[in-house]
Amino acid sequence: MLLGAAPFGLITGVSAVAAGMAAVDVTFMSLTVFAGASQLAAIALIGSGAAVWVVLLTVLMINVRHVMYAAALAPHVRSLGLGSRAAIGAVLVDHVYAFASLRFAKRERDLDRRDYVLGLGLTMWLVWTGATAVGAFAGAQLPPSWQLDFAVPLMFLALLIPSIRDRPGLVAALTGGGLALALAGLPYNLGLVSAALAGIAAGTIADTLLAARRGEDA
Amino acid sequence: MTRPEVWFTIVGMALVTFALRGSFLLAADRTTLRPLVQRALRYVPPAVLAAIVAPALAQPSGAAIGPFDLRLIAGLVAGLVAWRTRGILATFGTGMLTLWGLTWLLG
Repeated sequence: MLLGAAPFGLITGVSAVAAGMAAVDVTFMSLTVFAGASQLAAIALIGSGAAVWVVLLTVLMINVRHVMYAAALAPHVRSLGLGSRAAIGAVLVDHVYAFASLRFAKRERDLDRRDYVLGLGLTMWLVWTGATAVGAFAGAQLPPSWQLDFAVPLMFLALLIPSIRDRPGLVAALTGGGLALALAGLPYNLGLVSAALAGIAAGTIADTLLAARRGEDA
Repeated sequence: MTRPEVWFTIVGMALVTFALRGSFLLAADRTTLRPLVQRALRYVPPAVLAAIVAPALAQPSGAAIGPFDLRLIAGLVAGLVAWRTRGILATFGTGMLTLWGLTWLLG
């Protein structure tokens, strides 16, 4: 788990500096936002001079999956105080959710759920922020001939392919990617936003149709 | 963007992200997502990530072999590795090495 966070953080730091951001600024971003994929997208958008609201809308779309995590974990932490639940929310990144949901499903009586999630989350957070800082300050020394700005699309590709788990997922990706290409000329990166929304709709419709067909076959 | 605008954006990003993560944890009283919303949320990652990747890879970088941009070639090779290995580091390493190799060959 940490093995994944460290290089991802390094690359985030390096590519932010390659896109023209200050090393201190991207470290501040990792410290406060703590969501890798959305940070990479924001870095690319900030580098290309996008408007603030476009960046925020894109971050919202990339991170909306966390609502699903929060909804899934909520029943397990209902007895905790508001402060503890807020702290859990702050560190609820993909890997923390994956580990916590597996562990909570076992319904162990002696597991301190708050300490378990916060222990995982805080470790990830420190590694993530530290790795970003190292990448950013070291990346500032690297020459442009290394073409490290290519790191951003590559990282997204590395996240995209495993996220396609079934046929509706493929429909979502092809619709989102294809429309984004066709609409690339629209102002304010509206192409990205509308292509992503259309992709989500296409995947959901494909899923619903497949489920209905399976229902008829059964 | 000016630097204060960048800081403002970062604070906004942090607030948006925390609002999403904290949502159901802070309002922990029996709230659940509707099935249609749950279904739609599953397709957010492939749709959004593809919408980011496709234009980024299709953008001409200036270096090409015939009609094929070097970055597009490197991206396709990396995509193949991602599909076979599902590993982030393997994908990333292959893509960068392919780009560097092709750039050096064209030198």
